[in-house]
Parts: sequence; structure tokens; C-alpha cells
Amino acid sequence: MNSCKEAWEKTGNNLKRTLPILTGVILLISMVMVLVPASFYQAVFIGHKAWDSLIGALVGSLAAGNPVNSYVISGELMDRGIGLIAITAFIISWVTVGLVQLPAESLMLGRRFAIVRSLFCFVSAIIIAFLTVFILNFL
Amino acid sequence: MIKKIYYKHGAGWIFLFLVLSAYALVGALRFDLFQEIAVYFKNTFIQVLPALILVFVITFLVNLFLDPKKLEKFFKTKTDYRSWMAMVILGVLSIGPIYMWYPVLADLKEKGLKNSLIAVFLYNRAIKPALIPMIVLYFGWPYLLIMTGLMIIFSLLNGLAVGKLAKK
Repeated sequence: MNSCKEAWEKTGNNLKRTLPILTGVILLISMVMVLVPASFYQAVFIGHKAWDSLIGALVGSLAAGNPVNSYVISGELMDRGIGLIAITAFIISWVTVGLVQLPAESLMLGRRFAIVRSLFCFVSAIIIAFLTVFILNFL
Repeated sequence: MIKKIYYKHGAGWIFLFLVLSAYALVGALRFDLFQEIAVYFKNTFIQVLPALILVFVITFLVNLFLDPKKLEKFFKTKTDYRSWMAMVILGVLSIGPIYMWYPVLADLKEKGLKNSLIAVFLYNRAIKPALIPMIVLYFGWPYLLIMTGLMIIFSLLNGLAVGKLAKK
């Protein structure tokens, strides 16, 4: 166990280092949420399975905010006839990738870590989307 | 000027400076949008404040009770399925936005937590038990179970990939 003073000092230093980054991320997310309307998400899909899954993962990666929003938007996308693969890729990349958070993740956990992790999450969102729908159809 | 800020205060302040510059630009071009964004920011900040406080309390406790040498030893000896499963469960159960966890994880990383385990934790944060009713409502139970199962499998693959490609 470390001393209380030592722990406070370390936490204070951590706070000093991370507060500007966290504030920046929240500012960035607020900007994206206001500047990118929900209608944008519906406009980018064209009805092609492979292309839409890629678009879904891309748009989900760019999106920010509460994951609840991704399900609400997905419900609207389903009503408009967008395929389940694209919707699943969209939902998964929304919650796993997060390009808006990438600068903060790079600064705190390392650039290489953040890039490799995000790339893998992006690709896996598309693979999981195809596998989910394949297994669902198979059942 | 940016170089001066970097050497004096670190990269985080440059990031904040760039974001604030974007705000200034939006404010100059469309003040109505700027106001809307400012209100959104205020609401979001109030919303995440309890999580932020919680994260710093956890960081303090980690600094108080966790001996880096012991942690390093633990993860060096327990790199079996138990530490991976622990990260899956902790990731699923963790609350608040993902970026709130970066300070704690950065601290733990300095104390010896491996990149692979951090990646597993972050991936599993995408699985939200609180959202289960909503997913079931929109897509049904089979969809939820299949997607969640695949996400857990891919979180482990993600951990392996990050561990190999982004070594400390």
C-alpha cells in the first residue's frame, strides 16, 4: 500500500494530464451530435449488401454519443428497408470504434495501440454483422 | 505557439486548443449552432460528471492500494484464461462513457497491465446489459445472443491482435 499523500499526488497528476483531453472529447462529441443530424444516417445507405455494411461500419465509426441512439436510428433504418447486415455493422462500430475518441485514446494509451485497436474493431464489426445474419438465417 | 504549449503543458492541451479553435470557427460562422452545441456540451458534461468523479476515485484507490510490482507479477503469472475472462466481465459491467476509463487504464498500463487485456476490456464495454431490453425489442432474443456471443469472441481476438501488433 502506498501513502495517502503519494496516492493523491499521483491522482492529481493524472487529473492534470487527462482533464484537457476528456474536456476536448466531450466538446468534440457535442459538436458532432449537433452538426450531424439523424437524417444523415438514413441518407447514406443505397441498398447493396456489401457496400451498405461498409457504409454502416464507417458511419457508426464516425458517430458519437450514447449507444441508445444507435438502436433508435437502427429502428428507423429498418423501417426504411435497410438490410440487417448494414444495421448490425453500424451498431457494432458505433460502440466499438469511435473515431471522435481516437485522439484521446492515442494520447492516453498510445497511438499504435489506438490505431490497431480501432482498425481491428472496424473490420470485426463487418465480419460480426455478416456472421450474425448468416447464423440467424441458418437457425 | 503550438510547440510552446506542447513542451509546457503536453499534447492534451493542444488537442483541447484545436477543438476550441473549431468551436471559435463555428461561433464566427453560425452563432445559433454554436449556442446549440454549447447547450449540448453543458448537458453532456453534467451527465458524465458523476462518472468522471467515480473514475478519479477509482484512480486514487488504485494508486493507494495497488502495488505496481504485485500487479505486474499477477498479470505475468496469470495470463491464462482467468485474467482474460476477468477483463471480459469487468468490461461488460463497467459504466459511463468509454473515454472516462482511459485515465484509469493509462494508470494501470503504467503499472504493468498488458495492452491485450486493456483491448479486451475496451471491446467488452460495447456490451451493455442495460440496453438488453431495447435490443430485444428491436431485433429479438436470438439476435441479441448471437451478436453478444460473437462480440465476446472477437474481443478476445482483438486482445490477441493488439497484444501482438501494439507491443508496449
